[in-house]
Amino acid sequence: MGSTQSPPVTLHSINPKVLKCEYAVRGEIVSHAQILYCNIGNPQSLAQQPITFFREVLALCDHPSILDKSETHALFSADAIARAWQILDSIPGRATGAYSHSQGIKGLRDAIAAGIAARDGFAASADDIFLTDGASPAVHMMMQLLIRSEKDGFLCPIPQYPLYSASIALHGGSLVPYYLDEATGWGLEISEVKKQLEDARSKGIAVRAIVVINPGNPTGQVLAEENQREIVEFCKKEGLVLLADEVYQENIYVENKKFNSFKKIARSMGYGEKDISLASFQSVSKGYHGECGKRGGYMEVTGFGADVREQIYKVASVNLCSNISGQILASLVMNTPKVGDESYESFIAEKNGIMSSLARRAKALEDAFNSLEGVTCNKAEGAMYLFPRLHLPQKAIEAAKAVNAVPDAFYAHRLLDATGIVVVPGSGFGQVPGTWHFRCTILPQEDKIPAIISRLRAFHESFMEEFHD
Amino acid sequence: MSPKPLDYESLNENVKKVAYAVRGELYLRASELQKEGKKIIFTNVGNPHALGQKPLTFPRQVVALCQAPFLLDDPNVGLLFPADAIARAKHYLSMTSGGLGAYSDSRGLPGIRKEVAAFIERRDGYPSDPELIFLTDGASKGVMQILNTIIRNEKDGILVPVPQYPLYSATISLYGGSLVPYYLEEEANWGLDFHNIRQSVAAARSKGITVRAMVIINPGNPTGQCLSEANIRELLKFCFQENLVLLADEVYQQNIYQDERPFISARKILFDMGPPISKEVQIVSFHTVSKGYWGECGQRGGYFEMTNLPPQTVDEIYKVASVSLSPNVPGQIFLGLMVNPPKPGDISYLKFVVESKAVLESLRRRAHIMTDGFNSCRNVVCNFTEGAMYSFPQICLPPKAIEDAKKAGKAPDVFYCLKLLEATGISTVPGSGFGQKEGVFHLRTTILPAEEEMPAIMASFKKFNDEFMEQYEDYRGYSRM
Repeated sequence: MGSTQSPPVTLHSINPKVLKCEYAVRGEIVSHAQILYCNIGNPQSLAQQPITFFREVLALCDHPSILDKSETHALFSADAIARAWQILDSIPGRATGAYSHSQGIKGLRDAIAAGIAARDGFAASADDIFLTDGASPAVHMMMQLLIRSEKDGFLCPIPQYPLYSASIALHGGSLVPYYLDEATGWGLEISEVKKQLEDARSKGIAVRAIVVINPGNPTGQVLAEENQREIVEFCKKEGLVLLADEVYQENIYVENKKFNSFKKIARSMGYGEKDISLASFQSVSKGYHGECGKRGGYMEVTGFGADVREQIYKVASVNLCSNISGQILASLVMNTPKVGDESYESFIAEKNGIMSSLARRAKALEDAFNSLEGVTCNKAEGAMYLFPRLHLPQKAIEAAKAVNAVPDAFYAHRLLDATGIVVVPGSGFGQVPGTWHFRCTILPQEDKIPAIISRLRAFHESFMEEFHD
Repeated sequence: MSPKPLDYESLNENVKKVAYAVRGELYLRASELQKEGKKIIFTNVGNPHALGQKPLTFPRQVVALCQAPFLLDDPNVGLLFPADAIARAKHYLSMTSGGLGAYSDSRGLPGIRKEVAAFIERRDGYPSDPELIFLTDGASKGVMQILNTIIRNEKDGILVPVPQYPLYSATISLYGGSLVPYYLEEEANWGLDFHNIRQSVAAARSKGITVRAMVIINPGNPTGQCLSEANIRELLKFCFQENLVLLADEVYQQNIYQDERPFISARKILFDMGPPISKEVQIVSFHTVSKGYWGECGQRGGYFEMTNLPPQTVDEIYKVASVSLSPNVPGQIFLGLMVNPPKPGDISYLKFVVESKAVLESLRRRAHIMTDGFNSCRNVVCNFTEGAMYSFPQICLPPKAIEDAKKAGKAPDVFYCLKLLEATGISTVPGSGFGQKEGVFHLRTTILPAEEEMPAIMASFKKFNDEFMEQYEDYRGYSRM
């Protein structure tokens, strides 16, 4: 070696923020796993079928030269062909292999804006939309924009989807936790948020934004309208950016709750561009479409000046654009077949089939968890997860300590070894200290759920037997 | 009331420092003019399909079938798709657990990473480990990930060629590092000047900068030069002596328009050099589906390969990749197809070869047309585009033009390029977007406009340029012709 220094890229010499960043969803426990993945929201890896109409349109856009052929009509529905033509006509030169505008293809953003307006009853603009490779890169962009130093803080729900903690660490900011209340179905109390905000400020943290995940991940609660209005009011008063993670907006399983976008709530309160800075995130990965592998999504950013939007555009432009197929899919998700379209009946049947199955699985697993000794589980009102609480006996906690493991990780490892079921320990999401949870998806195929429940029950009973006080 | 968080004043300063001219002022102005109805020829970005290059047929057939796997069961599918495309679609679908709609491994589908490793082995003659190959949403994301891993603070310096593709300068600004420039020698065909490189490093170190990495772009962007084997050897020795990781941007490896210097990967040369250097020098090599003769920019498919990085570093890079869950699966399949194209005997082989050759041969011809065209213009001197997709002519601006530019509040090359745009509709990127020596001006254009349109484009450029020069100078110009 030319010098006695260690090579440039070793553990000791890489960016320490990279070392600090953690992401439990694909963390330690997964390296064992072979069998039943209940750890990530990846529906199609567990045999959920894609929506036919969407895939027809995407296939035609990938290979537009068959649109002119007569045989195509035998293989594809007429409205899929029509939609593909419409989409291709909005792409310069019909070139789906070209980099697009860095915010995404204008025609597709128009379609998404129309979809947002139809959903909310309030206008949306294509200029406010940034199409991204999934919702996650959009979150990163906002973090990049807002984090100047570790003195910049972000209010995050605890428990939270660890993209937020990871991305705050990666960009060198501070996470300011606000605890959701398990006793009230994971309720968000403004008084708690206010307390945490003031606490952080007293420590010299400039709190810049609040992350709200609605429906919640891992917690599954759907916010009540009144709650959402409180949050909007709070952001306006405290000058916080509202980062609204709304990727599960189509996953609601209870009759008494509805999804309301934060944009809709703010506008219905009479608040406009001057009143509240809002970034809303949506994705093609969840809902009933579950197209995780496509990496499609967008953020809608409202309530900030043109000079700031220029900066967001600039950062987006360094990566040129998001993948075109994902952009097309995002426009389809926000603009589905309508009554009277050829594909409408089959589309609705597929969608309803998936949604009702998800609701049944959510209930079955919730009931199963609640039937176990020492386990309490809040209802999954929405999203794709259950987050049961483990009231672990002291002996189990000590056994975990003895092997240098966090108690919920210890439980999850044992569960994996005994049953092949992979879950994510609650410590990966954050929880009130001294409480233990794990996150389990509701995604395994419906006919496998009874077997999962019985295996889980058998394991749990023997675990509690082994460690009872 | 205190400034709101999303007020311009309170944004991350690093974001404000970022400049990315490829989609900057000229492009925005061109887009405005296009909206007003003016015909614009966009030569600002290496975006072949936007200028009429057609996608290769076979990959589109395969990916379309993967998107809609129910087609595979349809008895009529053979009417529209050849048997080998059908077979290949089944091959890739079998690699996934749930088709295109499931997140893959955060590093990419193992089956495709194996195909990439096999490609690298065939290309270089040395085995490649799929575990050290990570697929990404385009090569740019990979570059950003690696730079983020290296840069700790503003004292970490990255050696970057000038002129460079401004992804590097933008990313270094974004992550708060320091760019340490090394100037390519225009008079020596944009060659490397090791004396200059050593000087740069010494100057940086004297300012307290720790130089950590060296970027090479081979073939070069915007400059197009292809590095010789001797060059790369010297570079590797330099990295060895100075303890630098080599970041080898090799995205244009298929775009070679001369025969004297074929593409050789940095990794191959490193291994040719044998131990100890071959076991010590750290390299990260980047490739993509966006360039070559594929030009599938919109798919966002790419990969990086790590050489001599310790396992814990690889783990950390994996960890960060996992926060983004996975690269897009269709893009991964495009990559697999690129490294594993149809073979002799396959039904689609002939068509594939004909399509590919047509693109490459045309690019080679266009490289010549453009270089010669620029060299026939007054006060314009242009090195030959040996590789990549760009032409980077030097525009010798007369003093009066530079004055007028100053009066207009524009950098001289920006001023020239704006006037070119207004007069001809040709949208280029001023050389200042890539970096250049003080007082020397360039513009970057691509060689991608359709071959049949090139003569008219070059004529239009010449007319504008020669009139501009006549307007601004004392009738004493020079050109290479």
